[in-house]
Amino acid sequence: MEEKLRNIFATALDIPAEKVVDDLEFNSIPEWDSIGHLALIAALDEAFGIMMETEDVIDLSSFKKAKEILAKYGVEA
Amino acid sequence: MLLEGKIAWVTGASRGIGKAIAIELAAQGAELVLAARSEEHLAETAEQIRAKTGREPFLLGYDVADLSGIKQAFVHFQGKYKQLDILVNNAGVMEDALLPMVTQAQFQNTMNVNVQAAIFHMQYAARLMMRKKSGSIINISSIMGQVGNAGQVVYAASKAAVVGATRSASKELAPLNIRVNAVAPGFIETDLTNQLSSQKYAEKVNGIKMGRVGTAEEVAKVVLFLSSDWSSYVTGQVIGVDGGMIV
Repeated sequence: MEEKLRNIFATALDIPAEKVVDDLEFNSIPEWDSIGHLALIAALDEAFGIMMETEDVIDLSSFKKAKEILAKYGVEA
Repeated sequence: MLLEGKIAWVTGASRGIGKAIAIELAAQGAELVLAARSEEHLAETAEQIRAKTGREPFLLGYDVADLSGIKQAFVHFQGKYKQLDILVNNAGVMEDALLPMVTQAQFQNTMNVNVQAAIFHMQYAARLMMRKKSGSIINISSIMGQVGNAGQVVYAASKAAVVGATRSASKELAPLNIRVNAVAPGFIETDLTNQLSSQKYAEKVNGIKMGRVGTAEEVAKVVLFLSSDWSSYVTGQVIGVDGGMIV
C-alpha cells in the first residue's frame, strides 16, 4: 500500500517516485506548492474513494503525515 | 448539444432562477444533480427535466447552511459519479431589513447561505474537477452586490462577497483549468418579485433601461454560456443580466 501511495504522490506532484520519502514536506519542493497540494488531495480522494475533512487537507504536510491521516479513513500504508 | 457528457450540480434548484438554470443545462445535454433543502422540493424541477430530456436527475436534499450537510452531499455524490464538470452556486436567501433593524441572526443566516455555502461548495467541487483538470463554477451574485439598495445592507454585502470569492477562486483555480465566474441578475421575474406592490413594481421597472423585468430563462442562458466551452477563455468575470440597470 505504501508503494501505491508513493506512486500517487509521484504522479500528482509530477516527481520521480524516489523523491517521495517520509521527509518530503509541503513547500519543500517547487512541485508541492498550493496548486500541487490541491492536485494531491484530489488524487488521494479519487484513489481511495474518500473525501478528506478540511482539517486533514490542511494537516497533510508530509508523506509521513499522509500515511497517518489516511489510516483514519481506513487506508493503511 | 453544448453540454453532452457533462455533469452539472445546481443548488437552489427547486424554483425560480435555479430551476430555470437546471432545466436549461439539462436541455443542452448535461446530467443534472439538483440540490435543495429537501428532495420533495425538487419534484417539479425533476419532472420537467424528465419530460424534456427523458433523463433522471440525481436529487440531493440538504441544508446548504450546514457544512456537514454539504460534505455529506459530496460524499453521496462521489459514491455515484467520478467527475463533476459544472457547479452553479445559486441557493440564496434575501431577507430585507433597514440598517437599524438588522439582527445578528439575520446576518449570520444570510452569510451562511449566500457566502459560506458558495465557498464550501467551490472547495469540494474543485477537488472533483481537479481529476480532469477541467471545470466551470458559476456563482449567482446580484446587481445589489454592486450598487446596493435601501433595506438590503446584509443581502448586498453577501452578494458583494460572492464577487470577491469568485475573483479570488478564479485566480487560484485558473492554473488547473477550472474557470470561476459570477452572474449578477438585476430585477428578475420570480415568486419573490411577484409579491411586490404594483407601485413598487413600477418603480423598479422605471430604473431599467430596457423598460422591462428579466426572466429566469434569460439568466439561465448566460449560465449556460459560462458552463459551456463557448466561454473556455472566460474566468474571474461578473456578467450582469439586468437590462441595463447600471449602465
